[in-house]
Amino acid sequence: MVIKFQKNDKPVKITGAKDMPPMPAALGSMLQNKTGSWRNVRPIIDYEKCIKCFICWKICPEPAIDIVDELPVINYDYCKGCLMCMEECPKDAISYEKEGK
Amino acid sequence: MKKTMMGNFAASWGAQLSRVQVIAAYPITPQTLIVEKLSEIVADGELDAKFIKVESEHSAMAACIGASATGARAYTATSAQGLALMHEMLHWAGLARLPIVMTNVNRAMAPGWSIWADQNDSLSQRDTGWMQIYASSAQDILDSTIIGYKVSEQVLLPTLISFDAFFLSHTVEVVDMPDIELVDKYLPPYNPEYKLDVKDPRSFGALTAEEYYYEFRYKMQEAMDKAVDVIKEAGKEYEKLTGRAYKLVHPYRCEDADLILVTSGTIAETTNVAVDELRAEGKKVGNLRIRVIRPYPKKEILEVIKGVKKLAVIDRNISPGYSGIFSQELKSALYNEVNIPVRSYIAGLGGRDVKIQDIKDMANDALKNDSPNDLIWKGVKL
Ligand code: SF4
Ligand code: SF4
Repeated sequence: MVIKFQKNDKPVKITGAKDMPPMPAALGSMLQNKTGSWRNVRPIIDYEKCIKCFICWKICPEPAIDIVDELPVINYDYCKGCLMCMEECPKDAISYEKEGK
Repeated sequence: MKKTMMGNFAASWGAQLSRVQVIAAYPITPQTLIVEKLSEIVADGELDAKFIKVESEHSAMAACIGASATGARAYTATSAQGLALMHEMLHWAGLARLPIVMTNVNRAMAPGWSIWADQNDSLSQRDTGWMQIYASSAQDILDSTIIGYKVSEQVLLPTLISFDAFFLSHTVEVVDMPDIELVDKYLPPYNPEYKLDVKDPRSFGALTAEEYYYEFRYKMQEAMDKAVDVIKEAGKEYEKLTGRAYKLVHPYRCEDADLILVTSGTIAETTNVAVDELRAEGKKVGNLRIRVIRPYPKKEILEVIKGVKKLAVIDRNISPGYSGIFSQELKSALYNEVNIPVRSYIAGLGGRDVKIQDIKDMANDALKNDSPNDLIWKGVKL
């Protein structure tokens, strides 16, 4: 794992304490860190059943569900496959598949 | 402007004069008056701050952490069980290097349920990365709050200011309130290089492997070392503005002493009086008040005590199974530096009054007695 620390808006190469900020403050790592690769199951939303209550959007811990054109859309770059969205969907509109690899 | 006020209100006004921007607090005796007063000050529009009522002390510190991470000046106050409940968040504030200032009214840990003076609450938090100040007067409380932000924001470490329940929290003293213009000159707005900012996103305190964690600890130690000088400088600058001097240790009549009593908190003030009386009786006794225990002022202590024949520490706290905590720390500071016997006294736990005569008794005992390894429980009923 490589954490890039930021100094004056530029990532810097870390060789030791002198290059590091005082606290663990990483440069936008949650954007760079594509946690989708951790997933072994893939949630899938059935838009026929979806009533747009956005409970899934609200509870996704990542958060990896965006609202696009008034629909919940899973961002698979970041979705870790925890299936909390599936568990909480009041209309059973979310199911899952095993990831192929 | 001189005013009479309780120790607790000196903390409230210290926070107001520091222009704190976020106060998150949960009530607990004997601290409650501090944040109650601040809530009035905020409600009356006398301080432009957000006052957050939280459901526990753990949340109070969590809210201060969030606020401080955005670059706001954050403040809270607590006591005993409340401080203990914050423990996890104290480590967080320390390692996240957030310059929060907190007041802790030293109160005995339960059980038995107690609201009275005892330093075990704050000393149990000694290793969380907070600087720790033990105030001995209402003036000290107010000034230390302002100086606390000044120091914290330079070294990026939080400051805990503790003082004795009731003996100071609810005792009315005369306090000289500095003008706000003077404080503004002394304490500029906090503007950190690293902060939570949606326009400049980064993650704080995220997963940090051993590859880096170790270095963050090292940097914290560096900051503590640096803090010794920063505290001295901030004290000097404050003295120039107000005439009041604040150091890491405050010696009283120590120059030619045969015996130096080592004290903290309100016991230190009583000890000054005891020292005057002992001196009048022809006994060469001095008092060394430890005002700051983290960073530990080892060099400053050694400067005062070198040449003295004996030391006696009075601890209103105890690490059960060993001894008083100020006493342990002093002994470790002396090791390999000077060979002076240290006599250790426990006194005043749970708010038991420590009177002038008690201190004179301990001093006379220390002058007579040469066995340094005893732990003496002053006034314990056997
Ligand atoms: S919880 Fe289910 S119904 Fe509600 S928005 Fe999400 S997918 Fe649709
Ligand atoms: S599976 Fe978990 S991470 Fe993925 S979208 Fe659902 S709630 Fe979010």
